[in-house]
Amino acid sequence: MKLFAAVGVLASCFSLSALAQPDPADWAAVLDEARGQTVYWHAWGGDPKINDFITWVGEQALSRHGVTVTQVKLASTADAVARVVSEKQAGQDQDGAVDLIWINGENFAAMKDAGLLFGPFAELLPNWPLVDVAGKPATRMDFTEATQGLESPWAMAQLVFEYDSARLPVPPPGAGPLLDWAKANPGRFTYPQPPDYLGTTFLKQVLYGVIDNPDLLVQPVDPATYDQVTAPLWAWLEDITPALWRQGQAYPANEPALGQLMADGEIDIAFAFNPGRASAAIAAGELPDTVRTNVWTGGTIGNASFVAIPYNAAHAAGALVVANLLLDPEVQARAQDPDVLGFQTVLNLSALSAADQARFDALDLGIATLSPGDLGPALLEPHASWMTRISEDWVRRYGVAQ
Amino acid sequence: MTTGGALRFAPRLTLLLMAVPVIAGLAGTLRPAFEAGGVARLLDWPGLPRAAALSLGTGIASALLALAITLSLVAALQGGRLFALILRLLSPLLAVPHAAAALGLAFLLAPSGWIARLLSPWATGWTRPPDLLILNDPAGLALTAGLVVKEVPFLLLILIAALPQADATRRLTLMASLGYGRVAGWMLSVLPAVWPQIRPAVYAVLAYSMTAVDMALVLGPTLPPTLSAQLVIWMTSPDLADRPVAAAGALLQLGLVLAALALFRCGELGFARLGRRLALTGRRRIRADLWLGPLAGGAGLLVVLVMAGSMAGLALWSLAGPWVFPNALPERFGLDAWERAAPGLGMAAQETLLLAIVSTALATALVLSCLEAEARFGLTPGSRVMWLLWLPLIMPQVAFLPGLADLGLRIGVDGSIGAVAAAHLVFVLPYVFLSLAAPWRAWDPRIAVAGTALGATPGRIFWRLRLPMLLRPILTAAAVGFAVSVGQYLPTLLIGGGRVTTLTTEAVALSSGGNRRIIGTYAMLQLSLPLLAFALALALPAALFRNRIGMRAGA
Repeated sequence: MKLFAAVGVLASCFSLSALAQPDPADWAAVLDEARGQTVYWHAWGGDPKINDFITWVGEQALSRHGVTVTQVKLASTADAVARVVSEKQAGQDQDGAVDLIWINGENFAAMKDAGLLFGPFAELLPNWPLVDVAGKPATRMDFTEATQGLESPWAMAQLVFEYDSARLPVPPPGAGPLLDWAKANPGRFTYPQPPDYLGTTFLKQVLYGVIDNPDLLVQPVDPATYDQVTAPLWAWLEDITPALWRQGQAYPANEPALGQLMADGEIDIAFAFNPGRASAAIAAGELPDTVRTNVWTGGTIGNASFVAIPYNAAHAAGALVVANLLLDPEVQARAQDPDVLGFQTVLNLSALSAADQARFDALDLGIATLSPGDLGPALLEPHASWMTRISEDWVRRYGVAQ
Repeated sequence: MTTGGALRFAPRLTLLLMAVPVIAGLAGTLRPAFEAGGVARLLDWPGLPRAAALSLGTGIASALLALAITLSLVAALQGGRLFALILRLLSPLLAVPHAAAALGLAFLLAPSGWIARLLSPWATGWTRPPDLLILNDPAGLALTAGLVVKEVPFLLLILIAALPQADATRRLTLMASLGYGRVAGWMLSVLPAVWPQIRPAVYAVLAYSMTAVDMALVLGPTLPPTLSAQLVIWMTSPDLADRPVAAAGALLQLGLVLAALALFRCGELGFARLGRRLALTGRRRIRADLWLGPLAGGAGLLVVLVMAGSMAGLALWSLAGPWVFPNALPERFGLDAWERAAPGLGMAAQETLLLAIVSTALATALVLSCLEAEARFGLTPGSRVMWLLWLPLIMPQVAFLPGLADLGLRIGVDGSIGAVAAAHLVFVLPYVFLSLAAPWRAWDPRIAVAGTALGATPGRIFWRLRLPMLLRPILTAAAVGFAVSVGQYLPTLLIGGGRVTTLTTEAVALSSGGNRRIIGTYAMLQLSLPLLAFALALALPAALFRNRIGMRAGA
């Protein structure tokens, strides 16, 4: 019996040590455990600028904390989600392949619902107090889904419209004016095909502009009033579709494809979820230097990009170190540099030291980027159910229509 | 027969290596189709009839067109200088990965694309790109065109490799002496003999065209997309409830492919009956040569031009500074895109090379053992068994790879480079077999008889006679296998679990960002490795046999 007991104690020791997860509250232990780890960061790999930035973050992590970062470049974030799902189905509850995921919105909601996330950890990170929680509520609210510390923000995004001032001196400042302009200039505007993320965001932006009571959008869809509430949106789409690029018989696939149409001169107005994209593209020689950006009166939708750690990550400690490093003022200032990424910071600048504030003051935002004052208010993302419902309806009305 | 022990099992081992992953993967992927109402939700999707019709339509149309172009090229022009030119230009294009071909073609044909830029504004008057629906057209014409130009080089290579076994030259001489026209003589005498050999390849092209994902996403319609493209959208959807729908869709896709194959088989029988009736009329149809020759030559040259133009456009983009419509050339040239790509390149190129070499070497060794076992023991695989070999090419990849990845995960081998190489082997081996079997079987057995009479063992005959004499086709087959391995995307991504990075996984991830300069850079790199392999396959025998006139090219 004694032998059995000893074996049992031994076994439980092993299983405990194997299951032990790092505790973000004990940061010194996290740093210790992380040293020497290789973090596999699964992130969308479609933009070389972002890939370069991740490489740079990896160099910082290695020199500051001895953590190696390897980016697994994805064509779609859902690939990483699928990976964790298969691992869970196969019973692989530790040593998972994914350590860190760049995530937000639906993918986060799906992983949170399925219990696939490590944490809560975000609000225990040493750099968390620098985050502008009050001024940027989107840092804790991902598509109205409370993050509950299961993902940590690292960049802010806001919808801005792009236009070539050489061809279009005064861009339309809202949904109504855009409709009038499109009718007068057929074939020169389009949007990515829903359920693409940016395309659906555009529909939500229009909905914000035509809906009677925008407060409804932060609540889940009410099936009883849905048809009546969204009727102005569908009427707007009925009106504009014949005047769209290709008369609405084809749509670009995603944000890069829309940007390519702008670069090729096929359309006159595009939009992006990154206020610095146009300046960066001008600097890279991809857009003419006459391109400028504008926002709609009343504001445009804004949200945040996050990183999350799967529940079975093999290198959770290293992933925590990287998540914290992403909130470092130097790293945030670099991300906001339009020559690097042009992403807006998640930090509260007044909470920073004078030296760190100076890093942000020194940034030249670029020729086409609006100043924070001109960017106007960031509208909150509607509840995730609007995204799903509107894109399904769009697909039913336009996505299969012949 | 002392050395034959292990060799006897080679064919069975090979078939096992092919069939087990496919069947296990298929079972794993399709199981969810019957859970959670996948089938019901699939049937609810309003785009289903059109998506299914598009898959069938574009697949059958492109396979038929590619086949027609290939057959008429060979029938009307083989042996001539135009044919040699087309063949020389098309062979390297076999190495172009589908995704790169699609993106290059999209830039060539778009209203803001290269052709429009070359003609604007002097010929067209366009200073802005016109609002014309050329790509992503609802009928899938652009997709069909893309599939045709990509499949013609493959079918042509297969057909040419199969001709010697059909004794084509003597058949043609006989038909000519009876007064038949070139094309009529070829169609009536050579085609029936060569068809059984190329049929699997044609079926593979048909299945591939129906299930192609990368081309469909770039060139195909989007309202709705083809069924295969929609499957990938469901498979990668953040909403996990879409997985059963994707599985049910994969099942439907499989059914569609089988239906199309059956339809094609019926068409074959009808065509054969028609052929017999035409033969019985005894008409010599000499005049058909007059118009079919130029038509086939024109179509062949068009394929060459379109593919070369697509690749040249991408190459130019990789070096381009600002390049706006309607300039025919970039304003400036620069190495920015190449410099940006350089740091990650070494590692990706290394793993690509390692995977391609391992999987190609294994595939070539297995195929050689199978063929040698066939020659020594008469272990000819029955036609039913041969179909197992074709399984990986005929199955839609999305239908069995996720299940296979799951299996790898469960037995704990996924993410390792060995597992990825094994997955590549499943796709590489059929192509190597396909390219090598015909020339191998066409080798004159009297040489072996002479060797035996002089006292050589079967092993010595294999190593000293057959292998050196067949070095050229062996290396060509290996180069084809190499190109196939380099081009694998889904197997590398799913089995590698993201840990194995190749030029192709990098290229596809980057092309999701739509940046033509980066896409151009990676497409050139993706192309360069297989090109190198093909060049080696040509140069090595030439160097080894420089003193042997009987072994020169064309012998």
